[in-house]
Amino acid sequence: MSDFLRNIVRLAAFILIQVYVLNKIPHLHRFITPYIYYLFILWLPFSIPRLWLLLIGFLTGLILDYFMMTPGLHAAACLLVAYIRPFIISLLTPKDASEFTYREPSAKAMQWTPYTFYVFILTLLHHGYMVFLEWLDFGSFLDFLIKVVATTGISMLLILTAELLFPRKLKFRTNTA
Amino acid sequence: MRNIFLFIGRYRTLFTFLILQVVALWFLFNYNRFHRSKFLGVANEMTGRINTQYNKVEDYFTLREENRRVHRLNDSLLNLLPRNFMRRDTSLQMIQDSVLYDTSGNYRRYISRPATVVYNTINAQKNYIQINRGANQGIKDNMAVVSSDGSAVGVVVNVSSNFSQVMSLLHVQNSVSASLKKTGDFGTAEWDGVDPRYLTLKRIPKTVDVKKGDTVLTSPVSFNFPPGYMVGTVTDIKLDNTTGLYILKIRTAANFYNLQQVHVIENIDRAEQVKLFDETKKKIEQVKKNTR
Repeated sequence: MSDFLRNIVRLAAFILIQVYVLNKIPHLHRFITPYIYYLFILWLPFSIPRLWLLLIGFLTGLILDYFMMTPGLHAAACLLVAYIRPFIISLLTPKDASEFTYREPSAKAMQWTPYTFYVFILTLLHHGYMVFLEWLDFGSFLDFLIKVVATTGISMLLILTAELLFPRKLKFRTNTA
Repeated sequence: MRNIFLFIGRYRTLFTFLILQVVALWFLFNYNRFHRSKFLGVANEMTGRINTQYNKVEDYFTLREENRRVHRLNDSLLNLLPRNFMRRDTSLQMIQDSVLYDTSGNYRRYISRPATVVYNTINAQKNYIQINRGANQGIKDNMAVVSSDGSAVGVVVNVSSNFSQVMSLLHVQNSVSASLKKTGDFGTAEWDGVDPRYLTLKRIPKTVDVKKGDTVLTSPVSFNFPPGYMVGTVTDIKLDNTTGLYILKIRTAANFYNLQQVHVIENIDRAEQVKLFDETKKKIEQVKKNTR
């Protein structure tokens, strides 16, 4: 499967899971909303141009927004994640992107600790920004803090579980590709 | 000028980010004014289509609850039917009955309660249905049971505190008074114990004009069943030459294979009717003895 096709399928799967499973199940608490769809952006290949990354992030958020009737909310958060992603990657792995032996960020490609850190930072940014935008409308500051922490916690749990349960078949970069 | 382009080119990622971010925020904060009409219209087409597909699946999980709701509503409507009421000729009556009258002088004769089938057989010779309502919930012997589409199912024969046992129409000892919708002639519907889809209607005289496909209803002369509930449709007509009576094969209206929700219908006057009936019998026999 080509990278393009694989990512299209992934996007559809993540959006459907987010809309029809995670948003449908009764939440543990009103502060705890599990999110996983932005993992799609975290899993995009290293080699993707930054402009494309921004556009894809924006569109991913917008698609989810239209399912949840909140135009712009997730798009803004996803855009931030997509913008910050290359910085975090270069920060954690002081190599040039072209020198990676794997195509996509994963625990295998980056080692567990840097990968977890990479996911954590972006998760925190995503939720922080999104909850901040929500908080502008209503809620107290304490609500905001608790919500960010709780949502980040549950999302990290989900993502790490997903990572362990569904190991991706990782392709090596080859010269022919 | 060239420097400006160079500058923009150098930071084009940042600028794209900022522009898209502004677009996203603009979407977010202008949601009410602009979006409902323009963008959401188009987007709704797409998400709506996907949501419809999802709902088709999700609906299956709530069918049982939904079914119960509809059944409850049906039951309340069933209780409003005019055939539950009857005008009592009051011209000579001195004492008011305790049964409530409505303003036009009709009093309630039948009252219906919803129930759910918890056990049902169709393969035996004597089939019983168990329902989840018993004496504590107001069920008594000899109440009629009709299915959720209003077709006759059986008669309550035994009651425990929370469940009752219903003798299904598919019971070889069962006999329900039934009449032809077209002519009003009544006979008795019985089951021969062979095919759970067919009953037999007996004692219709051969002078009656019967055709295949005629509707058979519960008769107005039954102590148990209110009149007008569907029993089935005639599928085969045979004439018994020795007695001059028809033997009609009836396709049951109720689907006994998948009974789920039923109504239990009480004839409020039944005790009085039966008492009168028995006393009359006794009285006539006494008269017979005395005249002998």
